[in-house]
Amino acid sequence: MNVIELHNLRYRWRGQTSDTLAIADLHVRTGEHLFIRGASGSGKTTLLNLLAGILVPASGSLEILGQAVYTLDGSARDRFRADHMGVIFQQFNLLPYLSVLENVQLPCYFSSRRKQQVGDLQASAYRLLDHLGLDAGLRHRAVTELSVGQQQRVAVARALIGSPELIIADEPTSALDTDTRDSFLDLLFREAEAQGSTIIFVSHDPHIASHFPRVVDLRELNQP
Amino acid sequence: MILLKLTLRSLWNRRASLLLTLFSIAISIALLLGVEYIRKEGKTAFLSTISGTDLVVGARSGPVQLLLYSVFRIGNATNNISWQSYQEIASNKLVEWTVPLSLGDSHKGYRVLGTNQDYFRHYRYSDKQPLVFAAGQPFDGVFDAVLGAEVARKLGYHLGDKIVLAHGAGSTSFAMHDDKPFHVVGILKPTGTPIDRTVHVLLEGIEAIHIDWVGGAQVPGYRISAEEALQKNLQPKLITAFLVGLKNRAAAFRVQREINDYKREPLLAALPGIALAELWQAIGMFETVLRIITGFVVVAGLLGMLTVLLSTLNERRREMAILRAVGAHPRHVFLLFVLEALVLVVLGCVLGALLVYTLLFAARPWVMAEYGFYLHTWVPDAADGLMLAVVAGLALLFSLIPGAIAYRRSLQDGLTVRV
Repeated sequence: MNVIELHNLRYRWRGQTSDTLAIADLHVRTGEHLFIRGASGSGKTTLLNLLAGILVPASGSLEILGQAVYTLDGSARDRFRADHMGVIFQQFNLLPYLSVLENVQLPCYFSSRRKQQVGDLQASAYRLLDHLGLDAGLRHRAVTELSVGQQQRVAVARALIGSPELIIADEPTSALDTDTRDSFLDLLFREAEAQGSTIIFVSHDPHIASHFPRVVDLRELNQP
Repeated sequence: MILLKLTLRSLWNRRASLLLTLFSIAISIALLLGVEYIRKEGKTAFLSTISGTDLVVGARSGPVQLLLYSVFRIGNATNNISWQSYQEIASNKLVEWTVPLSLGDSHKGYRVLGTNQDYFRHYRYSDKQPLVFAAGQPFDGVFDAVLGAEVARKLGYHLGDKIVLAHGAGSTSFAMHDDKPFHVVGILKPTGTPIDRTVHVLLEGIEAIHIDWVGGAQVPGYRISAEEALQKNLQPKLITAFLVGLKNRAAAFRVQREINDYKREPLLAALPGIALAELWQAIGMFETVLRIITGFVVVAGLLGMLTVLLSTLNERRREMAILRAVGAHPRHVFLLFVLEALVLVVLGCVLGALLVYTLLFAARPWVMAEYGFYLHTWVPDAADGLMLAVVAGLALLFSLIPGAIAYRRSLQDGLTVRV
């Protein structure tokens, strides 16, 4: 089964005269890690918002995990995202007023499905944090005390908890230096593969592309 | 549940800046509750200025006016009543006791009340409280005086001091009874009633200082010294009013009717409770004004909260994007703001109530000593609860504004983190 089945998708922001996004076809198989290369302004953010079910396409179809999410209402799309997706941003991924552990557990409070899948929430969060190389001593710290690299790894743990099928990452390495970046990517791959999650990784950075089995350029993909 | 947790943690995270908001809400709530308390206490105190007295009797006028001059010592009697009528009513078999009152003179702006020892025996105020002496004892001699607490405190009088009464009620009277000074023999404890502002003397004292006066002025060339006056018949012919205590309260209406139908002269008997309530109605406007003012103070406090909520909208955009990413609906974001307002206002109410309680507790001994006014423990009643509920409702209403803005923004922004 394909994780993403996209066909003749078009999207136009209100007030714009031309389509921001027009993609003829995009298919992503389960477990396939896709790197989408795109400079800022190339429609990257719009595509991510469409995949996450925040935006709905103007025309065309976009099935996630075999479901036409865009046909659901807002609440159902939010629930679908909570149940099946983990999102990692460029930076500022974490709620400053929650501890490291609480930030990791957060998605399970919005998705009973993921909470069920996770079993013991605390043990699972500890395990993920351990695997991502975060000390046991950091678990109950305020996230503001962590380095940027550590914060991004906490964000990975949060995206992965409860084994969602799809991980959407929006330039998660742009705030990291090269060494940290490579180890970050290794950890991301290892943990995603361990639980069978598919990664959609968007970045403008061509150096990262070599880590991915499949790379597409948004400029080629997007032909308005 | 997670939303409440997030709200509390988020509030705690911003506690430094929110503390002031919380205080301003708490203070406005305290003011609201405090004013309501003072209003209720004031009313209770006012309505119990005189208690244990079944009827107040004076020359025919209105009950409110009778009460004003006889109990509150405000204004003047339209007419006096004869000693004979007083004696006749006092001997009515339904009457247990009477206290004669004679007003008209003053001392440095404070009214002088001529009466007899029965006054200290029978007069009750508040919750059937008798008059208690802070120093000295009731008057015995014709030129003895007993001072109310405020008179003694403000004018700095002690036992044994000599005071001169002035003719008439003004504070700058020129006609002085300086030939017949009085001695302070007793000082009363504060009562929180007009008694604190009264100089009490015997009816015979009032008679004695006027013995050589005719029609409001001293007769030229006709002088009777204090010693000579004591030899004269000092039985008064007129008094201003008198208080009546009945053997059986149930007979009050009957005796009232009898007095009002009294043939020899036009008299008026008033039930003090009813007349007090009537008087309170007349001067009760300030209640409404007070309430309106405190209402505005509360609204100002809540507007302060609204300002804070609105000002945090921008800095919390990132937070909203994160919540959206983990699966929150814009509705959840909306609820975060409403919950935040609710938590703030509930904390404000609790803090405000504690503030009122503590302040009243702290002020109690001082108010008692200074004004003879017992501050009862503050116990919130249903009306207070309703007021707080209205305040909370108003806070919720206000929070809809930032909530709606946050809702719209989180719909628009989606996963886009705008910093």
